[in-house]
Amino acid sequence: MTTLTKNPPAAADKQPPHSRRRRPAMAGLGDLRIALLFILPAMIGFVFFYVVPTIRGVYLSFTEYNILGDPEWVGLDNYTAIAKDPLFWNSLAVTGQYVLINIALQTALALGLALLMHQVAKSTLIRGALLLPYLMSNVIAALLWFWMLDYQIGVVNQFIEWAGMSRVAFFGSEEWAIPTQALINTWRHMGYTALLIFAGLQAIPQHLYEVANLDGATPFQTFRKITLPLLRPVMVLVLVVTVIGSFQVFDTVAVTTQGGPVNATRVIQYYIYQRAFTESDFGYGSAIAVILFLILALVAFIQMKFLKGNESDLD
Amino acid sequence: MKKSIGAVAAAAAIALSLSACGGGSSATSAKAKGEINYWLWDANQLPAYQQCATDFTKANPDIKVKITQRGWDDYWSTLTNGFVGGTAPDVFTNHLGRYGELAENKQLLAIDEAVEKDNVDLAAYNEGLADLWVGQDGKRYGLPKDWDTIALFYNKTMLASAGVSEDEMKNLTWNPEDGGTYEKVIAHLTVDKNGKRGDEAGFDKNNVAVYGLGLNGGGDSSGQTEWSYLTNSTGWSHTDKNPWGTHYNYDDPKFQASIAWFAGLVQKGYMPKLETTVGASMADTFAAGKSAINAHGSWMIGQYTGYKNVKVGIAPTPEGPEGKRASMFNGLADSIWAGTKNPVASVKWVEYLASAACQDVVASKAVVFPALKASSDKAAAAFEAKNVDVSAFTEHVKNKTTFLYPITDNTAKVKGIMEPAMDAVVSGKAPASSLTQASEQVNSLFK
Repeated sequence: MTTLTKNPPAAADKQPPHSRRRRPAMAGLGDLRIALLFILPAMIGFVFFYVVPTIRGVYLSFTEYNILGDPEWVGLDNYTAIAKDPLFWNSLAVTGQYVLINIALQTALALGLALLMHQVAKSTLIRGALLLPYLMSNVIAALLWFWMLDYQIGVVNQFIEWAGMSRVAFFGSEEWAIPTQALINTWRHMGYTALLIFAGLQAIPQHLYEVANLDGATPFQTFRKITLPLLRPVMVLVLVVTVIGSFQVFDTVAVTTQGGPVNATRVIQYYIYQRAFTESDFGYGSAIAVILFLILALVAFIQMKFLKGNESDLD
Repeated sequence: MKKSIGAVAAAAAIALSLSACGGGSSATSAKAKGEINYWLWDANQLPAYQQCATDFTKANPDIKVKITQRGWDDYWSTLTNGFVGGTAPDVFTNHLGRYGELAENKQLLAIDEAVEKDNVDLAAYNEGLADLWVGQDGKRYGLPKDWDTIALFYNKTMLASAGVSEDEMKNLTWNPEDGGTYEKVIAHLTVDKNGKRGDEAGFDKNNVAVYGLGLNGGGDSSGQTEWSYLTNSTGWSHTDKNPWGTHYNYDDPKFQASIAWFAGLVQKGYMPKLETTVGASMADTFAAGKSAINAHGSWMIGQYTGYKNVKVGIAPTPEGPEGKRASMFNGLADSIWAGTKNPVASVKWVEYLASAACQDVVASKAVVFPALKASSDKAAAAFEAKNVDVSAFTEHVKNKTTFLYPITDNTAKVKGIMEPAMDAVVSGKAPASSLTQASEQVNSLFK
């Protein structure tokens, strides 16, 4: 590693490592106005579609509101009710199980696929094909598998029976319902995740591999000592994005099991939907949504902090 | 529909001034004209109502009716969004499970004055249907359009090969202790992979080819097609009074005994496991020859009798321990949105939908039973012309063995609690006594 002294010219837009010198405070203000002008269009959307609804949602979480009447301030009532609501805790556990299966499998498979794309499958056609499931809408993907995995008339169960095993109620049994849905979404998202990781792989300078090769490193050593550490910022980004996405699983549940059997797939987003839109309890739903927001913020913070996602070893 | 337009207008104007949420409507317009939007969810009924709309516009050239059909799953959320956003339809098909909440939130236009002024004969509807649409405040929020009851659809070929006569099938008895002749027939119609029947020695309950009774689901709070025809034949009822009860009776031992028997059918191998019913519809699995009897509602007649190569008979639900049959009696109505811009024309359209002129058109299509007694008979005749004997459904109304769909506040929340609770019992994960806890949860909603 001692040979790594000069920065590759491609990194010209990056700040030199030692220029921590602060500019005079006034000098930046001229840019600020122009910058604000450029930020404005994005800002409008951000304010109207994110900030305002979020603040309103937080407000509603302290009210009793059935959407047709007026919100009525109830203080922390919703939150104390949630703390005692077994279905809320159940939804956390179910969602946690889903995220664990989904993220573990998806990340491992996507990393494998990305390595294959990087080293073996160089044809655009094959790389493109990996992305195909992602181009399908969530609802279509869920319905497609819903029918293929159906207990009575699904093609998968037909094969299982031909193989001499007994049929599996993929969506109907409490044990299978969450793993099945986690696998469906793994199938749908792993191509896209692989693409993100693949982009990270391409950013690793080739000469590092050449040096490792000269030093006689095995492929496994190269992967462990060069690829993985240098891929870390990208992996953190991918993990933050996919974990947040995974926590918000909804469409698959909504078009297949709708929370059942019993409460086996009543994931947090579906429970919010049920309380707010089905049972017209928008205050309660908002309160759970605020809690989910806090959980996700915490998870993202922990990931960034402990995996040092905002630093790169390439500097 | 030769009714005085002025009277309708005046009535509607009064009705409007009574409703708190009149919006910016022009109550002063003396003449009914313009376009009204009308929503319904059942695609099977769309042609009939399209015909009604055409006839209506012919009689009232100044009023145009635009019909929109939306599937049940989207219907209520789109409607709620419409109420909030001001884009809801003027008139829409309403459901007993929903209208209490809508009326309470002042989204529905009370039509008492119009109904009185126009002398709508409420006695012409099948018994009880018109009363369902009077809210807790004593005001009328809809005019009845149709009704449905429950009966047993059975596979004639399977019945014949099991040696069960259709007469037997039509005179079944049931009780929660041993299931009566109903359970005997169900057991006998169940066949395992080796051809052994459910009541024979050596029956393999883990490898069943044909189930005696099909299963639709756990039945959540009402059990409309699943178990209410059994539970309510014991004298049990969902609530303390109906409509507008304030106490649910899921903790009653009579109810729990009935549900225990029902769930027991799964354990005995006579009914499919709940987990296998997620996905494919019960009617389709019946058509595929996987069940011999299905309890289902009259709105499914077209579907069951429409399958090729399946000979279907319809028998009445079994007689309960008190010697009487029982069937849930559910009815739909057309309601007017309180925010309509055109209350005069909307009232006219609702009255037309509830009149013989339109209900006879609906009857002639043989899809559902219209609310008017005379039109109901015409529908039965139209079914008969298609060689479908629907007496199993109409008999309930004739013999007054119906009970009403439970109408209360908080219906969505009650369903939210009862759905997982019933699923747990029917899937065998929890005993029927666990429903006592669910009952407490439900009743705490009314405190």
